[in-house]
Amino acid sequence: MASARDTSPLTGDAARTPVADGGGAQPLPPSGQPAVGRRTNARRPRGTGMGSRLELAILIGPALIVFLAFVIFPVVIAAYYGFFSWSGFGPAVDFVGLRNYIVILTDPAFHEALGHNIFIAVMSLVLQGPIALGLALLLNRKLRYQSIIRVLIFVPYVISEVVVGVGWSLMLQTNGALNGLLNRLGLGALASDWLSDPAVAIWTLMVIITWKYIGFAVILFLAGLQGIPDELSEAAAIDGASYWQVQRHIVLPLLGPTIRIWAFLSIIGALQLFDLVWIIWGQYVASTAGTSTMATYMVANGRNAGSLGYGSAVAVVMFLISLVVALLYQRFLLRRDTAGAVTGGKR
Amino acid sequence: MAVIDTIEIPPPREHEAPGQRRSGQVLIYLVALVLIGLMLAPVAYIILGGFRSNADITVDPSGFPSVWHWENYADVLVSPVFWQQVGNSTIAAVATTVLVVALGLMAAFALSRYSFRGRGLIYAIFTAGLMFPMTVAITPLYILVRNLGLTNSLVGVIIPQIAFALPITIIILVPFLAAIPHELQEAASIDGCSRLGFFWRMVIPLSMPGVITVGILAFIASWNSYMLPLFLLSTESTFTLPLGTQAFASQYSVDTARVLAFTSLSMIPALVFFSLFERRIVGGLTGAVKG
Repeated sequence: MASARDTSPLTGDAARTPVADGGGAQPLPPSGQPAVGRRTNARRPRGTGMGSRLELAILIGPALIVFLAFVIFPVVIAAYYGFFSWSGFGPAVDFVGLRNYIVILTDPAFHEALGHNIFIAVMSLVLQGPIALGLALLLNRKLRYQSIIRVLIFVPYVISEVVVGVGWSLMLQTNGALNGLLNRLGLGALASDWLSDPAVAIWTLMVIITWKYIGFAVILFLAGLQGIPDELSEAAAIDGASYWQVQRHIVLPLLGPTIRIWAFLSIIGALQLFDLVWIIWGQYVASTAGTSTMATYMVANGRNAGSLGYGSAVAVVMFLISLVVALLYQRFLLRRDTAGAVTGGKR
Repeated sequence: MAVIDTIEIPPPREHEAPGQRRSGQVLIYLVALVLIGLMLAPVAYIILGGFRSNADITVDPSGFPSVWHWENYADVLVSPVFWQQVGNSTIAAVATTVLVVALGLMAAFALSRYSFRGRGLIYAIFTAGLMFPMTVAITPLYILVRNLGLTNSLVGVIIPQIAFALPITIIILVPFLAAIPHELQEAASIDGCSRLGFFWRMVIPLSMPGVITVGILAFIASWNSYMLPLFLLSTESTFTLPLGTQAFASQYSVDTARVLAFTSLSMIPALVFFSLFERRIVGGLTGAVKG
């Protein structure tokens, strides 16, 4: 976060570096306000006057207050209530120190949930990355019906988790449409309990996640591809490079920053997964079918069990895990983007 | 054909060796077709299932409608519960969108066109918000909203949604506003336009593409939002469409056809909005994720 401040007085180069890396290591685009000294209008000295301060407070105050009060402050509250055994009614008086945290970290159910989160995070990258990249390259070409094809591919991403959950769970029931289709095709042997069999359920979840969220990756990649000048590919094509050579050696490296941003958002999303699991499996089946996540564990053992203190502690643990992952990711992967803009990216 | 192709200079944007083009093109359409089929099959199942009878679905779960039953959709469309939920979702989505765009635009204007101490820090605080989706804050958020007495009201849903939509809104808008040429501002200022006047008269119209992008993203996120309403709304009259869909699905779990009809109707608004503005969304994100 400090680095954003270090690099903020940037020159025009900033427009070429990724902005949405999600973690704060990115440089702030240059302000439209020129550096002091270029100012010729003496009538209105900028930046320090009382009027200017008031303007700033009016402009930025509301957003900052809402953000701090409803995004940052809750995390602070969670840290406080995490030290109490508290049902959520009346003041929290039963201070238990670190007991909630000890229980969480020694609970096999939490370990299991964490394991599922890690599995989902890794498999999301492995499954969605290559498919989304292929799709984005495909959709970036001039195709007939291009805009219809794009909209259709984004449909799963745009419909709500509840629609997805209700639809898929009806389809995947033991006597649902998928098993019906397999029977009709003479593949009845492949039919299984897609949702309740612990050996299968997490893979079912992976398929649904891939189907639902691949559109997001494609949108990001398409946006990234549009930022790559056509001239580079054209020059290479004239020099005799094949389509695949162009993609591999020119487009892919230039898309690197976008891919790293997507991977970051995907990992964070996987660590926080809640909606789909909760809608399709619900509180009780999720743990027997082996699809529970840290978030479903938090809700089941926190609010739904009437122990908000414990739930807050789980929230803090999730927060810390996400924070550590985010910081490590930035340190080792996103940091490269700022360096790459000077060296690697130009190769 | 091949002869002509070999002497032809590849036209712009066709990044492939000329000889491969014809067979490659067919293959590409084939791949696109298969992918679209896979993406749409579950959605088609939901929509078509709504036109079948429960008996049909039980006998042949994967079949086409043999007789088209419009009454499932008709039943949903005349039920006041459905329309109340549509109304609640609309109020929440419109209020969230309008307010997040207004607050985001103001903050992004300050961050992109004023120089002041702490500018980088404030920007970093907002972008850090992207790291923490609502899940991690939901338990304390519930405590906070309950203490404010805003459970079971749409206001309690709208305000946190604004807060969580601000980071992406600001990240997308800042490059847009920063790209507005400085000369414009100077010209406006020479004509006696204050910086706030410049904001009203020039910045808002000029940043419309970015505003539309963030507006659509905020609208769809709010329309589809599930976890926050699940925690905060327990009275049925305040349910938004996702909660209502889930409640309907568990209440009428034996009436599969009607559940499917309800579900398909509930996804229409987000789909319509997105298809109208898909190009804008990709275009608007280009500034934020330069490759």
